[in-house]
Order: sequence, then C-alpha cells, then structure tokens
Amino acid sequence: MATNLNESIILENEAVPKDAQTTQEENGNGIHISLKAEPIFHIGSFAVTNSLILATLILIFFSGIAIFARRKIKLIPGGLQNIFEFFLESILDLMDSVLGSRQKSEKYLPLIATIFLFVLFSNWFGLLPGVGSIMLYGEETAPLLRAPSADLNFTLALAVVTVITVNLFGAFAIGAFRHAGKFFNFRNPIGFFVGLIELVSEGARMISFSFRLFGNIFAGEVLLTIVAFLAPYLVPLPFLFLEVFVGAVQALIFSMLAVVFIAIAITDHHEEGHAAQANH
Amino acid sequence: MEIEAVRLLATMGAIMVGTIAPAIAIGWIGSRATDAIGRNPEAAPKIQTAMILAAAFAEAIAIYALVMALIIKFV
Repeated sequence: MATNLNESIILENEAVPKDAQTTQEENGNGIHISLKAEPIFHIGSFAVTNSLILATLILIFFSGIAIFARRKIKLIPGGLQNIFEFFLESILDLMDSVLGSRQKSEKYLPLIATIFLFVLFSNWFGLLPGVGSIMLYGEETAPLLRAPSADLNFTLALAVVTVITVNLFGAFAIGAFRHAGKFFNFRNPIGFFVGLIELVSEGARMISFSFRLFGNIFAGEVLLTIVAFLAPYLVPLPFLFLEVFVGAVQALIFSMLAVVFIAIAITDHHEEGHAAQANH
Repeated sequence: MEIEAVRLLATMGAIMVGTIAPAIAIGWIGSRATDAIGRNPEAAPKIQTAMILAAAFAEAIAIYALVMALIIKFV
C-alpha cells in the first residue's frame, strides 16, 4: 500500500511540468528548498533571517544552561555537573592527543569547546520537529526556523573567527614577527613561495571550513525533506539518525581541525615537522 | 539547447564527476582501516576515530559537488 502511494507520488511529480512545479512550491504544498536563509522580518534595513532566529534561540538555550549549571557547583558532582565534567574531560583528552600537554589544552579549551558545542547544537536543533516545517505565509513563503549551520553566513562567520583567532594564538605564542615570518619570508626564493602558499591556504581554510559544514548540513536538510516527501512515516527515521551522526561528526571535525591548526600555529617554523602536517 | 536542459545536464555532470574521487577515497580509507584493525585489533577505537574523520574529509569533497549541483539547479 505504502509503496503504491510512493510510486504514484513520484510519477505525478515527474509528469508535472516545470512551471506547475514552481507554482506548487510557491503555494507551499510541495518541497520547499532554499539555498539561502530567508528574511522573516526587518529591523530597519537589517534582515532577520530564519536561521538567525534559531541561532538566537540556541544562544538563549546555552545561556540558560550556563546560568542554571553554575548556580550549584559542588565538589562531588551530580546530575548536570557530571555531564559537563565528563564532556570537558573527554574534549581535553582529545586535545591532549594533538597539542601534547594538558596545560596547552586548558589554554585553548574555551575556543574549542565553544565551537564544538555551538556547531553541535546548531546542527541538532535543525533536526527538531517544527524546524523547517512550520511555514510562514507572507509576501514570501518561508519556514519560520532553519538550522543555523544550513546558512552559509553562519558557517563563514565561524570560519573567519576561527582562522583569525588561530593566527592570533600563533602570534601570541611565538611572537608576532616570527608568526608573520611564516607567511613573509624573504631569505630565499623557495621560502618566499612557500610563504605565499601558506598565505593562500589560510584563505582556503576559511572556504573549506565553511563549505564543509554548510554543505553537510544543507545536504542533510535537503535529503530529509525529499525523503519525508517520498515516504512520510518510518522511512525517514534512519536518515534522521544518520543526520544526528553527521551533525556530531561535523562538529567534531570543525573543532578538531581548529585544534590542529592551533597546534601548527603555535609551533615555530623549524619545529613544525611532519607530525603536525600529518594530522592535516 | 534550451537553458533548462543545459542546467539539468550541468547538475547531473557536477554530481556525477564530483562523486567519483570521494567514492574511491572512502573505499580506500575503509579498506586500509579494516586492514589496520585486522593487524592490530587492540588499536581498533583509535583507528575507527581516525577512519571516521578521514572519511568525513573525503565525503566533504562530494558535498562540495552536491552544493555546486544544488546551486546550479536552484539558483
């Protein structure tokens, strides 16, 4: 019964000409896929998009948890504090394996843990029921909420912040001139070109950081929309589980790459051997 | 050719060519990881983590192609 229904939907969809399909999308009955986040309302000339709304909700969620968790900190942890301590311990262990010492890990923990948690929950909040399915019918049809990571602005901003902070960490750790010397090296022509390549690769890092996260989450959203359109019950469940996994892996990758880049940035050029490059 | 037809062909071409290399890469990563786990079963958790990370990097290339395909299709 269910398969028959699916086939008829697919056939119908194929038979519908392109124009009819677009009008169907405008009516909001068909699949709604938008590459960019849509503005919901405007404050002055500033467009408040649906992904910005969800990002704000996540921010409120985090602030709430932080305020709630720090009210009762005990020596012997219980409940919520236990979860946080477990999380911090495991992320510190992971950072130790790259950075080599607990002292360094604790120094760079705030940035890495923030990136990890924020990206993780931006990915997972996009999977909650209601996100992407509650539609607003204004002059434009748009979902009220959208996963922040499915918006290129969000991922690009995170990537830019990460790359700039990593370079600042490098400058603080080995000195601004020595750090700049990695990119501008006038001692010999080979070093000069290697420095240029390093400079270009910093820009490439931003692009790969942002597109990796955006692409994975946006592709997951499209996948879920299409699967839910083809078969509404039970069939999307494994895909949802896959997306939960992908969200966690992408958050881990984003933060681990930041750790690896920090490890490269805070070592001096001559020591920066194969160990750091191998992790790349 | 009509622009719609070209657009569909370009979408197909982008995702078709763009997934070849990541498919080979992920297969290779998986095969080498199983090799390594077979040789050294105690190191399985570490190898698995590294494998998943590497597979996600390879997958990201396919995702770039997918994003390009979606941009061609919808924009």
